[in-house]
Amino acid sequence: MATIIEPTIFELSSAGRRGVRMPASDVPVVDSLPQHLLRSELPLPEIAEVDVVRHYVNLSKLNYSVDSGFYPLGSCTMKYNPKINEDTCRYPGFLFSHPLQPIETVQGNLALMYELQEWLKEISGFAGVTLQPAAGAHGEYTGVLMMAAYHKLRGDSKRIKMLIPDAAHGTNPASVGMMGMQVVTIPSDDRGNVDLKALEAACDDTVVGMMLTNPNTLGMFDENVEKVISLIHGCGGLMYGDGANLNALLGIVRPGDLGFDVMHFNLHKTFSVPHGGGGPGCGPVGVSKTLLDFLPTPLVGILEEGNDEEAPFYGFVTPPNSIGRMKAFHGHFGGGMVRAYTYIAMHGPDGLKDIAQYAVLNANYLQAKVRGHYKIPFDRICMHEFVAEGRFEGSDVRALDVSKRLMDYGFHPPTNYFPLIVPEALMIEPTETENKDTLDKFADALIKIAEEAKTQPELLHNAPSTTKFGRMDEVKAARELVLCCWLPENVELN
Amino acid sequence: MTFIPISPHERDEMLATVGVKSLDDLFDAVPKKHRFPKLNLPPALTEMEAAAHLSDMASSNENVQQDLVSFLGAGAYNHYVPSVIDHMLRRGEFYTAYTPYQPEISQGTLQAVFEFQSLMANLTGMDVSNASHYDGATATAEAINLAYAQYRGKRTRIVVSPALHPQYRDVIDTYTQGMGVETVGDEETNLTLSPESLSSYIDDNTMIVIVQYPDFLGRIFDYKKLIDDAHAKGALVCVVANPTALLMLKTPADMGADIVVGEAQPFGIPMWYGGPYLGFFTTKKSYVHKMAGRLVGETIDVRGQRSYVLTLTAREQHIKRERATSNICTNQGLLALAASIYMSVLGKQGLSEVANLCYQKAHYAANELSKLKGFKLFSSEPFFHEFTLQCPKPASEVNQYLLDHGILGGYDLGNDYPELKNHLLIAVTEMNSKDEIDALVEVLKEM
Repeated sequence: MATIIEPTIFELSSAGRRGVRMPASDVPVVDSLPQHLLRSELPLPEIAEVDVVRHYVNLSKLNYSVDSGFYPLGSCTMKYNPKINEDTCRYPGFLFSHPLQPIETVQGNLALMYELQEWLKEISGFAGVTLQPAAGAHGEYTGVLMMAAYHKLRGDSKRIKMLIPDAAHGTNPASVGMMGMQVVTIPSDDRGNVDLKALEAACDDTVVGMMLTNPNTLGMFDENVEKVISLIHGCGGLMYGDGANLNALLGIVRPGDLGFDVMHFNLHKTFSVPHGGGGPGCGPVGVSKTLLDFLPTPLVGILEEGNDEEAPFYGFVTPPNSIGRMKAFHGHFGGGMVRAYTYIAMHGPDGLKDIAQYAVLNANYLQAKVRGHYKIPFDRICMHEFVAEGRFEGSDVRALDVSKRLMDYGFHPPTNYFPLIVPEALMIEPTETENKDTLDKFADALIKIAEEAKTQPELLHNAPSTTKFGRMDEVKAARELVLCCWLPENVELN
Repeated sequence: MTFIPISPHERDEMLATVGVKSLDDLFDAVPKKHRFPKLNLPPALTEMEAAAHLSDMASSNENVQQDLVSFLGAGAYNHYVPSVIDHMLRRGEFYTAYTPYQPEISQGTLQAVFEFQSLMANLTGMDVSNASHYDGATATAEAINLAYAQYRGKRTRIVVSPALHPQYRDVIDTYTQGMGVETVGDEETNLTLSPESLSSYIDDNTMIVIVQYPDFLGRIFDYKKLIDDAHAKGALVCVVANPTALLMLKTPADMGADIVVGEAQPFGIPMWYGGPYLGFFTTKKSYVHKMAGRLVGETIDVRGQRSYVLTLTAREQHIKRERATSNICTNQGLLALAASIYMSVLGKQGLSEVANLCYQKAHYAANELSKLKGFKLFSSEPFFHEFTLQCPKPASEVNQYLLDHGILGGYDLGNDYPELKNHLLIAVTEMNSKDEIDALVEVLKEM
């Protein structure tokens, strides 16, 4: 029998216990629905409020979080989430507005959305922005749909190939796969840039476009980015930018100025929307003039211009060749847009540039501190993150072991085994919201672990040992597939 | 430097360690002519100023707690959110964590998702639930992806009820535009027919049939016959269900549904002008490998402690890349937690009370409204907390009149169904008092 650290909500249930009660009905009683339309039982927990609170507080204590410590998870931008955002997004005017209210009753919401669209356009250099996509991958899908719609409208039906560098996030090829397009993988060169020869060879009139993360997942700004874009445009393709790493570019360079046609933002990375243990995110998409008419519907626009006395009157508009609707309603307004708006408003142009500069400084500082202790396969000035190899000569220690051992030192591990082109990758993104002391302590821990890997590898193999839980049996989870506190009956897998 | 904890002195030390002279020198790889653009943005506000500015913006809305009495639903519902929920959601340990890739230090999130999966499976009657989708509409579109994968793209017909939420149908159109499939059945003329009339569209090429429960007009149908017909042709059936209604109604599983999805916003999530909400996705265990999204499974750790991990990750984008079941990565983790706490803290009895209040009040409102001259119910089918009301004049005019009296009326069905331009979809929940309902009736009487 396994030891139970915290019972499940079902195990805490006892028949007849009550939590929050509802008021008595104040209307005359009507007949209930016919029996054949009613459910026979409602198998949900019965618990008192205090026990619900303790259960979730106990669970929360089993989590590592940005609020409790350093979380250098590469490509995830785990920066501090300002507390004021948590207040502004809960102002009653935002919290209690219905998405289908008449527009004259929600001008505050629409003004916020319009301004956020404008700000994101200014920050990125794009001609238009949709706030509708729910997360980064959803934004990618939106972008790929627009690219396909553009070629289709031009009658250019030969284009079926999307070029994707080998260092790309997995969501890029997955988004393309959802469209039934072919993925052509483009290798990286020995400086971590897109291999121009390979790219040139792949460019022809069957190319939809290219999806490029820049800075890429090695943390490198592609030194030939303008050449890459001109090759893609030269063969009639469109250039997609994965904005996951935009934190490094705020006030540094605008993807639209470089010639990108479309890019998604991750408001939950760059603009401090909290990650929530796996969402909700918010993934707006910016486009150049080329794709402006293809944006999803609806966008927020000005229906009547304002003047010195009166604010403009905002409403919804639909672009002429819109790909349609990506989700119900208008996107992640409360949890995403209001927080990001608050954050941008508190930074201004100079504050945004500070973010990128210090994110890049912190990453380069950490890289400099661990250089010589870990192999850094692409060793030059990095952007907001860098990739080291978690393997050592004469030792069977792997990146996973280094990561687990970091937990013993009180840190969240970096991203492991990504990008795929670096063996035993440790992808480290400190963000701008960490101070020098934290970075020093983290570097010291990494250096100590590199020594342990050679002298006491069992410490790494057995890590973590100081956390409440040790390593999990992932094979058992996949083989036995227990996905619910209880299952109705064991159904055979097909 | 709003949230940056580095002093000028430390900055200089760090620059020296890196081996560059200034912060700007870190960006030599960026093309010079585009480097350091001047951004035309308003100057930075302090926290105090930002709070005041945002408060002004929020206050310029009319909201349904302080300014308006609401009878608007149509996919987003005004329900009571117990206080406990936000207290728990505001714990930094939950909301400032990432997707639980490192299970040893993420058991809080993992167990919470596992419990969410269990609660949703019990609510819908299905075998398994995933960790969430963006919203009810995208969860519905993902059901099509499941069916498409199940038949390896060999079946290309989708049968959709015209009484599926119009925005959900729009999202289906968007998601399927690259798939080479056809959508049939959703003509407005089918709106007044029984659900079995959809059976005539189901052929050997049909991969999935999609219906809503209760449907967009509020009607409750038993879909058993339709589901049997679909199964006879080998098609899957997806039921898009309202979770509050499921607290009272026979489960879609009891009717034989293969997939049950929906929007769980009514479970403890504020209306928030449309998002973020919480798509749920439940199905039979036999389809679990084709299901998109994150899944948490039970296991043990090396110390013999019960624990939880993300499982069946081989389906997902970071492993399978272009052959993944979906590109979904970030989902709605924190809101799945909200829904779990909602179900836990109201519990079996509190939830039944919510359902009963919705049912009773909606029926009281329907009875009173249908007594008014010129008004009548569109359908005699049973309903739960939302119903379609035929009005003596266009719904848009009725709504404008109500708004002038501080009432947010129903959803104008003429937006989506031209023949229903005189019809309002009215939602009544536990939040509507008898006085509010009486006021609605009174205002309409004088119209």
